Amino acid sequence: MEKLFQLNSKKNKLKFSVIVTLKKDVLDPQGKVVQNTLANLGMDNLKSIRQGKYFEIDVEEQDQVKAEEKVNQMCEKLLVNLIIEDYKIDKVK
Amino acid sequence: MKSCVIVFPGSNCDRDIATALEKMQFKNKMVWHKETALPKSDLIVIPGGFSYGDYLRSGAIAGKSIILDEVIKAANSGCLILGICNGFQILTETGLLSGTLLRNKKLKFINKDVNIKVMNNKTKFSSNYRLNQVLKINIAHNEGNFFTNEKHREQLKKEDLIAFKYCDEKGDISERVNPNGAMDNIAGIYNSKKNILGMMPHPERMIDEMISNTDGINLFKSLLN
Repeated sequence: MEKLFQLNSKKNKLKFSVIVTLKKDVLDPQGKVVQNTLANLGMDNLKSIRQGKYFEIDVEEQDQVKAEEKVNQMCEKLLVNLIIEDYKIDKVK
Repeated sequence: MKSCVIVFPGSNCDRDIATALEKMQFKNKMVWHKETALPKSDLIVIPGGFSYGDYLRSGAIAGKSIILDEVIKAANSGCLILGICNGFQILTETGLLSGTLLRNKKLKFINKDVNIKVMNNKTKFSSNYRLNQVLKINIAHNEGNFFTNEKHREQLKKEDLIAFKYCDEKGDISERVNPNGAMDNIAGIYNSKKNILGMMPHPERMIDEMISNTDGINLFKSLLN
């Protein structure tokens, strides 16, 4: 019975990833510090590093278009500050 | 004059501002963030601190709390709103003020007294100051690096919406005296109706000669006029 439940819940669930990054023109001091430290460790081919955030989101929805729209709303309402950040939504298999 | 202070989990300057308001003869009430109605107020203060541990972004979670809907309604009907430090961050996250506050340029938490210059003394928050007066006010923040888009930056200049700028003791504004990398040395801004002020420095810490100075007093006195 529990197995059946797990199977069912899996069927009704879609998984997405959201990557949030600072826009190109926005200074990223954290990324800069990480970059400098890696350079100090001898990583001499390093060109640049920008630091961002990663979210994994499960949505209880079968329709992928609808689910993606929901995730998009989540980004715009809370997860992303659109003045300084860009985001990218991907479906996770 | 009636005021209220909104308290979030992680607010830590709420009692300081309450003490300052009461000392200045405001009739003040504290409002927990889960309340759904505001007491009748002429002034609403969003205090400093680390609401929700600065999770996600400073002020992001508090900016979406239930009571903020009421604060937005009050703001739109002309109520005076003052956001200090984390309060300023929360006001930008709600959209009541445009722009945002990034991590300090040098990545350090800064806690020190800095000089700021009064850029506009024709508002309800600043009429008791002289134009270009230099104040010494404490700052204590990790994300105070004001940033906004070019359109808003122009609007701030054109409509005289910059409240305070970081400067030296003589009032000279330069990158050298910019503590956190804020665009154009901006320490505080108004909305276009000038009924909302967001500022990183803490005027509520400067009301008593015994512990600091009294440079913050005139902000509260202006409000009482």
